[in-house]
Amino acid sequence: MTKPIISVENLGKRYRVKRPGMREGGGLRHAIEAGAASLWNGLSRMFKGRAPYDRIAPEDEFWALKDINFEVQAGECVGIIGRNGAGKSTLLKILSRITEPSTGRAVLRGRVGSLLEVGTGFHPELTGRENIFLNGAILGMRRHEINKRMDEIVAFAEVDEFLDTPVKHYSSGMYMRLAFAVAAHLDPEILIVDEVLAVGDVQFQKKCLGKMSEVAKDGRTVLFVSHNMAAVQSLCKIGVLLEQGSVVQVGLASEAVTAYLANGSICGEGFNTSGRQRKPTNCEIIDAWIERDGVPTQALLFGERADIIIVIQVVKRIKFAVEMILRQQDGLAVKFAPSGLAFDWEIDQASGSLKIRCQLPPMRFASGGYSIDLITACSGKEFYDYIESGLRFTVDSSAVGERNWMFNQSRNQGYSLWEVNYQVDQNEITQGL
Amino acid sequence: MMMKPLHEEPHVLVLAPGEADHRFWRDLWHYRDLLVFLAWRDIAVRYRQTIAGVAWALLQPAMTMILFTIIFGRLAHMDGGGMPYPLLVLAGLIPWQLFSAALTGSGDSLVANAGLISKVYFPRIIIPMAAVSVAIVNALVSLALLAVLMPVYGVWPTWRLVALPLLLVLTALIALGAGLVVAAMGVRYRDIRFVLPFVVQCGFFAAPVGYSTVVVPEHWRMVFALNPMVGVMEGFRWSILGHAVHELPQMLAMSATTMVVLLVVGRWAFRAVERDAADWL
Repeated sequence: MTKPIISVENLGKRYRVKRPGMREGGGLRHAIEAGAASLWNGLSRMFKGRAPYDRIAPEDEFWALKDINFEVQAGECVGIIGRNGAGKSTLLKILSRITEPSTGRAVLRGRVGSLLEVGTGFHPELTGRENIFLNGAILGMRRHEINKRMDEIVAFAEVDEFLDTPVKHYSSGMYMRLAFAVAAHLDPEILIVDEVLAVGDVQFQKKCLGKMSEVAKDGRTVLFVSHNMAAVQSLCKIGVLLEQGSVVQVGLASEAVTAYLANGSICGEGFNTSGRQRKPTNCEIIDAWIERDGVPTQALLFGERADIIIVIQVVKRIKFAVEMILRQQDGLAVKFAPSGLAFDWEIDQASGSLKIRCQLPPMRFASGGYSIDLITACSGKEFYDYIESGLRFTVDSSAVGERNWMFNQSRNQGYSLWEVNYQVDQNEITQGL
Repeated sequence: MMMKPLHEEPHVLVLAPGEADHRFWRDLWHYRDLLVFLAWRDIAVRYRQTIAGVAWALLQPAMTMILFTIIFGRLAHMDGGGMPYPLLVLAGLIPWQLFSAALTGSGDSLVANAGLISKVYFPRIIIPMAAVSVAIVNALVSLALLAVLMPVYGVWPTWRLVALPLLLVLTALIALGAGLVVAAMGVRYRDIRFVLPFVVQCGFFAAPVGYSTVVVPEHWRMVFALNPMVGVMEGFRWSILGHAVHELPQMLAMSATTMVVLLVVGRWAFRAVERDAADWL
């Protein structure tokens, strides 16, 4: 087997955290006071043969990444996922040489092209052609390489007639296309891409995704960071899940996405009885969770199906119904599912515990937090057990439709997609004015 | 995209603490085109949408020279020491402006290009180097002023003029060395942004722009020459006008030594900051 094109061993990045007592921003005066001490420290360490910059006191340090290990084989497309602050950007910054690791090492066996931002170094006053040269040089291309690819870049960006116009007069779409075109023609063996697809119009996004998968098919290696789980799943074979600075899973992209969603540490609680409204009688709810493809989870993607499992302890033989109320983040009740009243489904069971599987319809919900009230009741008469917000889950931000539109609770456009079939009535079109 | 066999050119990059130091010169060489493009960008952008364009590089020293000639030459009757006063000023002004523009430009360059540094890798030292290059181009343009004024005052070029390019390089390297120190400090301490213009302003009066070092008492001259620009400026006057203070060789030696020290210290300070500059910007 050939050597992996990227191997990361025990990689770590440490930052200095300011203690509350330290003055914000540092400043020269503070630096001179502290500097004299640390200069002496550094010098004496240097003479003792230790690195002078390794002097952050343990209580001041914060590990953005710690003990990262993974390998990537040539030609693989790897998606790096994780929540905000999980260390994704730090990892990309190290691999693209913007900052040095504090510990460990990474070996990259190929020409690296990194694209943490589209259009880095573009200057509005310069023309499209001038910016191609400048941006190309910034990305590490030699002048003759840029010359050689100029036609391809211009064709990809579709800006040929505006090539000698300053880019400040470009539309934002043209600007993005040009910027991506330069980077796309960098021709690296390893391409590192950060979330750049979150911008631009539909065609542009499709083009970028197309270019990236073309790059991947070509035997190049792509490292792709994104919040868009759908894009990661469709583009990447391998997924690396980061959490609080550590790799928690390396495997198939779909498995990593599942693990990302299943991970409950963000919303914290699973079954929570603190909202219990009354002392339970007859049938007590003793556990509940949400399952996605048979795996417990607390986060779902837009449009996914999930099951809710409720475990009930029945004390004496009694007929009861199960009811659930779905609440938005702000507590507003938005859906009600009374098994007895609406669906004529009730349980008549001897004592013992039983597990009820509630199959939910596809959750075409806005991203954000939701909670569910769990209820057992004698339909329409009395509650046996009532736990308000007994279960919580989040719908993760993921793009809806083709345009990368994010549906979010906080936008106040409702919580659920209203699936209207829009069409023009062909018989009623009036020609002309 | 054409597929290149991966084994054709083994290109192994090791990222580990302190590893970047081993690649310094190789990287610098690989990114040499970027130096040209960055310098060119700064020049192009500076003069775009101006009416006078590159002529500003001439107008600025010309106006300073006229001002000095009127105020010090005419009103204060400052002595040219046998040299035409406007030429004496100009011969001091061109290296001084090169120095101050290069120092200010490179000193501020890392912070000014923070957007680049936090988003893409390239040898960071290219940024201050590009800033110095811009100042050099400006200085070369302003030399035209000298070419016009020399015949006017009946001063003709001699073989000494060959020293001029060397003196320009010396000035640029002194400024680069100092600029590296300033840029390195400026990344962590933004105070530098406020201190630097003031220091440069003071330097302007401490340097012999409007007068010749001849007016400085003899036993103070070498102390005066601790300012590395004194040697360079007197060197300019010798190269153009043929008048030299007799300590000129020692003064130039002082300037050259200072240059070496500044470059060594500057590179060290810069490297120390460079490794995590992106985290501070």
